[in-house]
Amino acid sequence: MARTVTTRQKALNTTLAWAIGLLIFFPILWTILTSFKTEGQAISDPPIFLFFDWTLENYAIVQERSDYLRFLTNSVIIAVGSTLLGIVVAVPAAWSMAFVPSKRTKDILMWMLSTKMLPAVGVLYPIYLLFIKLGLLDNRWGLVVVLMLINLPIIVWMLYTYFKEIPGEILEAARMDGATLREEILYILTPMAVPGIASTILLNVILAWNEAFWTLNLTAAKAAPLTAFIASYSSPEGLFYAKLSAASTMAIAPILIMGWFSQKQLVRGLTFGAVK
Amino acid sequence: MKYTVRALLGATALCSAAALAHAETLTIATVNNGDMIRMQGLTDDFTAKTGHTVEWVTLEENVLRQRVTTDISTNGGAFDIMTIGMYETPIWGANGWLVPLDDLSEEYNVADILPAMAGGLSYDGTLYAAPFYGESSMIMYRTDLMEKAGLEMPTAPTWSFIREAAAAMTDRDADINGICLRGKAGWGEGGAFITAMGNSFGAQWFDMDWNATFDGEAWANTLNFFKGMMDESGPAGYATNGFNENLSLFQQGKCGMWIDATVAASFVTNPNDSTVADSVGFALAPDNGLGKRSNWLWAWALAIPAGSQKTDAAKQFIEWATSTSYIELVAANEGWANVPPGARVSLYENPNYKDVPFAQMTLDSILSADPLNATVNEAPYVGVQFAAIPEFAGIATDVSQEFSAAYAGQQTVEEALAKAQALTNDAMEAAGYR
Repeated sequence: MARTVTTRQKALNTTLAWAIGLLIFFPILWTILTSFKTEGQAISDPPIFLFFDWTLENYAIVQERSDYLRFLTNSVIIAVGSTLLGIVVAVPAAWSMAFVPSKRTKDILMWMLSTKMLPAVGVLYPIYLLFIKLGLLDNRWGLVVVLMLINLPIIVWMLYTYFKEIPGEILEAARMDGATLREEILYILTPMAVPGIASTILLNVILAWNEAFWTLNLTAAKAAPLTAFIASYSSPEGLFYAKLSAASTMAIAPILIMGWFSQKQLVRGLTFGAVK
Repeated sequence: MKYTVRALLGATALCSAAALAHAETLTIATVNNGDMIRMQGLTDDFTAKTGHTVEWVTLEENVLRQRVTTDISTNGGAFDIMTIGMYETPIWGANGWLVPLDDLSEEYNVADILPAMAGGLSYDGTLYAAPFYGESSMIMYRTDLMEKAGLEMPTAPTWSFIREAAAAMTDRDADINGICLRGKAGWGEGGAFITAMGNSFGAQWFDMDWNATFDGEAWANTLNFFKGMMDESGPAGYATNGFNENLSLFQQGKCGMWIDATVAASFVTNPNDSTVADSVGFALAPDNGLGKRSNWLWAWALAIPAGSQKTDAAKQFIEWATSTSYIELVAANEGWANVPPGARVSLYENPNYKDVPFAQMTLDSILSADPLNATVNEAPYVGVQFAAIPEFAGIATDVSQEFSAAYAGQQTVEEALAKAQALTNDAMEAAGYR
């Protein structure tokens, strides 16, 4: 029997949802507002919220000092490249785990997830030395591979969850009709899992875009993405909050816009299979 | 004639090609400080003079430290020049990780580098990094508030005067704190301040056998004095205040006194950012009658990692960026108040620079800090606000966290000192010093 929800309850829920939403969004809003203040206004006590002389000075300084487009291009290549490469590796892996599981599949899945719990700094030196040997330091393709490996457990897990929702009989039927393994994955499984794959791609692009440890440690001037761009505006001596806010706003803007337009797919993907 | 012209054109083309063949692109890692950013803006002058181009990697100080340490310790060669400080230089020089700067040109005039800076950036008598700018610490105070309090700041005050003045200048109703000091955890933040302050109280990190000395009276006096004064006259939440937080408070007129890096003088006297720009005075950092003042010594310097393949071009850049002609270039573009201070003797002999209100006090502060003899009693280490051993940064960060917890009232000073004593001795034992 359906529960009756009163108008008052609805209003209360809506207010609560808006309040939580605004609370979560507030740091981003504050960053954006600070980016339009002078350095003096940015640190004023009590803080100024809306009523100040809005200025684009910080954006002009950031544009003058940094090659934003180069950082942006690197971010796009690294985030999209590592995600797509991850999908190519993870689809067959998730297929085998979902449709031809072995006795140890669950253990392997747990082990894969456990690698995410390893502190990154613990493997910094081995990976750094490997990058020196392979000539991959400050190289975008080196970072594509590293970030793909870091996010692979999440990609495999997400795809595995989606694939488990697809009836195995459909794939069996395809096999009986003579489909090869490649055709089965490419023409039968993948089209059916497009919503799941899309949300996996979106989430992993966001994760790769925001990844700071490896992107800061394995790059110098050429391959540095937007995380390095932001890091260059923090200072131990001197006021920098307004300029840092402008740089941060410029760095998060593309991913914020992408997230806004794809929020339905993201929410759907993240809640897929959660309520059956 | 036709052939002569052709030959000349050919020779010119060959010369250009040769010049281009030697033109290098240098990758330089640096911090986001005002002087470094100014240098980035003037790099075209270096390119015009040498043909070499520069790619900058600007990072936050702690990120930069981790990044360049990873690279230099693995001989990665990602950078041709690194911006490092007085702490890293002698350690890395001793490890053979840096290219010695012992063949700089005569025009560069190495002898013009302030002896305190050259000494702190050398190992075994060899210079391993050239100072871009140097700093000490000094008192910056509000002349109007001092006058209102009926006091006069001596040129070289004692800690007891500072505490008295801080109490007299404090006006909680007007949101004015008598004194603002660093309490933030971190070896380069609150750790640096309390170590320099400890020097003036007779405290030191290690005795001659590398035992920690936090169980001695000198450290208890230092911490109790600091906490007592800050609780009386410091801003709320001082345990989390570092350089930038105090700068912000001072510029907004909320501090009577601030003891911090000499480089801050140009910020607090800049009317564009500071509301108290016209009422700032300067004095030497305080002492306690024991013969040592509580000011530190630091330099941001340029060094060439041993893994660089472009050492000749890198040396050319270092000579350009730390030369007297660079100082003149900055002065011509941005004024004398904005030239990188604290590196060269000749700057302080320059009549144009003598007009800058904080110039003499900066020099006096730098000259009064001695990294080879920083403590009242004999110590086995070099450094004023640090001990130049590789283990120091990690240990001092942990110790400063304990101190900050005491400032915040989460534990007593005695508890903080006992923990500092134990963790320092453990770390030194593990490292094989004890």
